[in-house]
Amino acid sequence: MRRTGDWARRAPLLPALVFMIIVTQLPFVVTIIVSFMNWNAYYPDERGFAGFSNFRRVLTDANTRHAIWITILLTAGVVLISLVFGLLIALLLDRKFRGRGAVRTMMITPFLVVPVAAALLWKHALYNPTYGLFNGVLKWIFGDNAPQPDWISNQPLWSIIFALVWQWTPFMMLILLAGLQSRPLDVIEAAGIDGANQWEIFRYMTLPHLRQYLELSALLGSIYVVQNFDAVFTITSGGLGTANLPYTIYQTFYTAHDYGRASAAGVIVVIGTILIATFALRSVSTLFREETSK
Amino acid sequence: MSGQVTIVTGRKNRGGSVLSVVAWVVGVLFVLPVLWMLLTSFHSEENAAKNPPDIAAPLTLDGYRAFFDTGPWPSIANSLTASILSTALVILLAFPAAYALSIRPVKKWTDVLFFFLSTKMLPVVAGLLPIYLFAQSVGFLDNIWLLIILYTSMNLPIAVWMLRSFLSEVPVEILEAASVDGANLPRTLRSVVAPIVTPGIASAALICFIFSWNELLFARVLTGTVAETAPVFLTGFVTSQGLFLAKVCAASLVVSLPVLIAGFAAQDKLVQGLSLGAVK
Repeated sequence: MRRTGDWARRAPLLPALVFMIIVTQLPFVVTIIVSFMNWNAYYPDERGFAGFSNFRRVLTDANTRHAIWITILLTAGVVLISLVFGLLIALLLDRKFRGRGAVRTMMITPFLVVPVAAALLWKHALYNPTYGLFNGVLKWIFGDNAPQPDWISNQPLWSIIFALVWQWTPFMMLILLAGLQSRPLDVIEAAGIDGANQWEIFRYMTLPHLRQYLELSALLGSIYVVQNFDAVFTITSGGLGTANLPYTIYQTFYTAHDYGRASAAGVIVVIGTILIATFALRSVSTLFREETSK
Repeated sequence: MSGQVTIVTGRKNRGGSVLSVVAWVVGVLFVLPVLWMLLTSFHSEENAAKNPPDIAAPLTLDGYRAFFDTGPWPSIANSLTASILSTALVILLAFPAAYALSIRPVKKWTDVLFFFLSTKMLPVVAGLLPIYLFAQSVGFLDNIWLLIILYTSMNLPIAVWMLRSFLSEVPVEILEAASVDGANLPRTLRSVVAPIVTPGIASAALICFIFSWNELLFARVLTGTVAETAPVFLTGFVTSQGLFLAKVCAASLVVSLPVLIAGFAAQDKLVQGLSLGAVK
């Protein structure tokens, strides 16, 4: 009797669970297997067991190591800068003023542009040295002799970072604003009456309260940005030393058809992500526990 | 005493209005690239390429005509199919699952919930190759159903988390009353739970739709001429082709339009979806 009760409870859950295991876990098991194989679609006869040689080749390859470095720079750059902008803007929006809703809507807009479209917009309409808006504004201000830099060629990585910061600042801002608005206002008012000034209230009350929201937005942001493919593919096509790991794996697999090596690189990315994800899960579960205990 | 109070509030107001102006300026700066894209899309190619830019140039639909002449409709139709069907599938799978994780929870329901979340953290590239090889061997490449299945797996965890947090707000007394009245499970779901969580379902659906619509990597690798989606179509504009800025801007706007509409509609629920239901 109890058994059937248990299964009646489980039944609604099973379709989703089975679906997720088949579609997301199974392929990854295959990736691990292929990462230990010699497998290049251009040389089908040489398929076989390769031991750790794919991993050795991936980790000693200068390109891959550069890609790992770029991935770290790109992720850290985008997440940290958008986090700082997001916090400042969330603080600005956490006050009542005329048109606050309109400003919030304007702020969200960059996040709602399809990522490829956003990258195209930055590449062609803003960065382009001959007809982009940035150089256009320089000419407006300084006249015909204004400097006309080629933004992407001069600073390829920063070009990608800023296009992504534009899209991710709204994300950070939204989570931090929700955090600010969940502050216990009566306690803060009491602190104000007790003579604490604005900075003290921010430093000793707002910031500690925001900590978990800062962690959450940084870690969720990292999980998305670490995987970024769209912006790198669109703005530089991985050129000028900007190929990150997802782009490099895409190329190894899609252009070079070296399946074994692409899989080994994939396994390495997963190990890196698990390191971030462990922290992310912990941070989400803290928020989660607080919410369910409410 | 009263004098001091007015001084304080007076200074506060002045500081406050400065901050309000700053907020407005920042908001305008962030939306400016999109407005620029909008304006440029309505200029002729010659005027769009002017430096310094000519803001007051006459408006024209030539950019949109040029874009639609390149034949984007099949890819837009594919994106709609993939996004709508995968979203429907997500809700169909996620709703009962969320029910089993909140209203009548299974044992160790938090573990299950965190399993769903952990799948979001597996990088997409790591699973790409086996999926490609599998699709190739069964002749499933360049098939929109492959994307529908993958987008469903991509969004299912988000929907389970969101719907669970909505369902946990359903008062248990109502459910007990319904079961006393003799309603069975599907009936309870339909007539008691569904009305309460419909707003939650709507916002989860909008977020899943946005993520499916935006996806590029799977679509780029797994589709060709038949099942190509709108973002893949946009990658045709990555390399410059002479005077084409107005066309690019028109293309980017047309493809982004469904997301902009869905996003503005779900503005209030955006945070909850993006944080996987962790933040309300």
